[in-house]
Amino acid sequence: MIAIVNYGSGNIQAIGNIFKRSNIDFFVAEAPEQLEQATKLILPGVGAFDKTMQQLIDSGLKEKLDDLVLHRKVPVLGICVGMQILGKDSEEGQLNGLGWIDGHVKKIDVSKFTHKPHVPHMGWNSVKPLHQHPLMEGIDLNQGFYFLHTYFFSCNKKENILCTTEYGNEFASGVYSNNVYGMQFHPEKSHSNGIQLLENFAKL
Amino acid sequence: MLRPRIIPCLLVHKKGLVKTINFKNPKYVGDPINAVKIFNEKEVDELIVLDMDATVDGREPDFTMIKNLAAECRMPLCYGGGVKSVDHAKKIINLGAEKVAISSAAIENPSLVAAIAEAVGKQSVIAVLDVKKKGLFGKYEVFIHNGTKATGKDPREFAIELERQGVGEIVINSIDQDGVMKGFDLKLTELIREAVNVPITTLGGAGSLADLKHIIDKFGIIGVAAGSLFVFKGIYKAVLINYPKREEINTMLK
Repeated sequence: MIAIVNYGSGNIQAIGNIFKRSNIDFFVAEAPEQLEQATKLILPGVGAFDKTMQQLIDSGLKEKLDDLVLHRKVPVLGICVGMQILGKDSEEGQLNGLGWIDGHVKKIDVSKFTHKPHVPHMGWNSVKPLHQHPLMEGIDLNQGFYFLHTYFFSCNKKENILCTTEYGNEFASGVYSNNVYGMQFHPEKSHSNGIQLLENFAKL
Repeated sequence: MLRPRIIPCLLVHKKGLVKTINFKNPKYVGDPINAVKIFNEKEVDELIVLDMDATVDGREPDFTMIKNLAAECRMPLCYGGGVKSVDHAKKIINLGAEKVAISSAAIENPSLVAAIAEAVGKQSVIAVLDVKKKGLFGKYEVFIHNGTKATGKDPREFAIELERQGVGEIVINSIDQDGVMKGFDLKLTELIREAVNVPITTLGGAGSLADLKHIIDKFGIIGVAAGSLFVFKGIYKAVLINYPKREEINTMLK
């Protein structure tokens, strides 16, 4: 069953409602021992990098997640800040990330912007897949997804970029490595595209 | 490419949805959750929900309502009304809203913006400025308490201060244009757009899709919000929740 990991970082209900609507079994997990029965994981996210990492560490979830994802290869989807913590570290904070995908989180560089607004990157933007992947099946790429962020995931290896989005520069809006997936946008707030993506993840 | 945001703005008064004119005479237009369900089906870009009563009644935000709204929304939700503290903001974000809007509390204490940004992330802190023209020369001034209390603040200067404090977005709400459906206040929008680099959303006055197009043509990437336009239909203002179809929006953005 899919576990939505609740570390006090928003949007649990919205993701749950989509799964309910699509008849996909899920549960919300707050404690490490609850994760034992998870066959897939979702790391939701609204908030700051350090706060999110601190909560994962304090609750004992980090250790458990490391075991599930790295050793038992349970597929995991990180959303927004839940995606950013997949990296090694972030310019937004001091703590280390989970380090499951080789990359760093950086602030969107607005120095070459010729338009307003600058940051945050807020609103609906299109996505461009670099690889064919079941996760992106049936997605209206032009319509894209809802973004709300000031920092972005900078991959060290191009092969980890699933899709890109243009905002001033092109950045990785979706990343992946083996069983680890991360989306900078909010599928749970992106209407039919978001439902499609979450269903795709459930089918992986 | 990033697109402008077209945002229905819903006002909550005594647990029902209402629409005002110049911030007065709230007219009942329906049930909040029901409206969200319809806006889900119409795939709206975002939603703003403002509780008119919380600050005026001196009470906390209605967390049960926010929880229900956020759970229902398949689009990003911005909640405002009665938000006075970091704890309020944290709670609202944890209930599943993407953005929390503050108004009078930011005016009384601008550093609250910085404190909330620290707690929930910059991108989730929104300031709503209710602005009215005042005096002989029509100087813009920020008002609070549903337009009843003048603050003496100049919206342009205050917007700059809010950006300095780390606000993620500024919603400019024109009291003079509210519910009039004769178009946005372009001058006010321009004044704030030029002053700050953060995203802005302009609210108040939209009466037709042409009004939205006009402002998008002029400002490009901007949030355009409307109340009446998305809850009324026709010259007799029959209550009918509506939103342009994706093809209509795409044509408009061309």
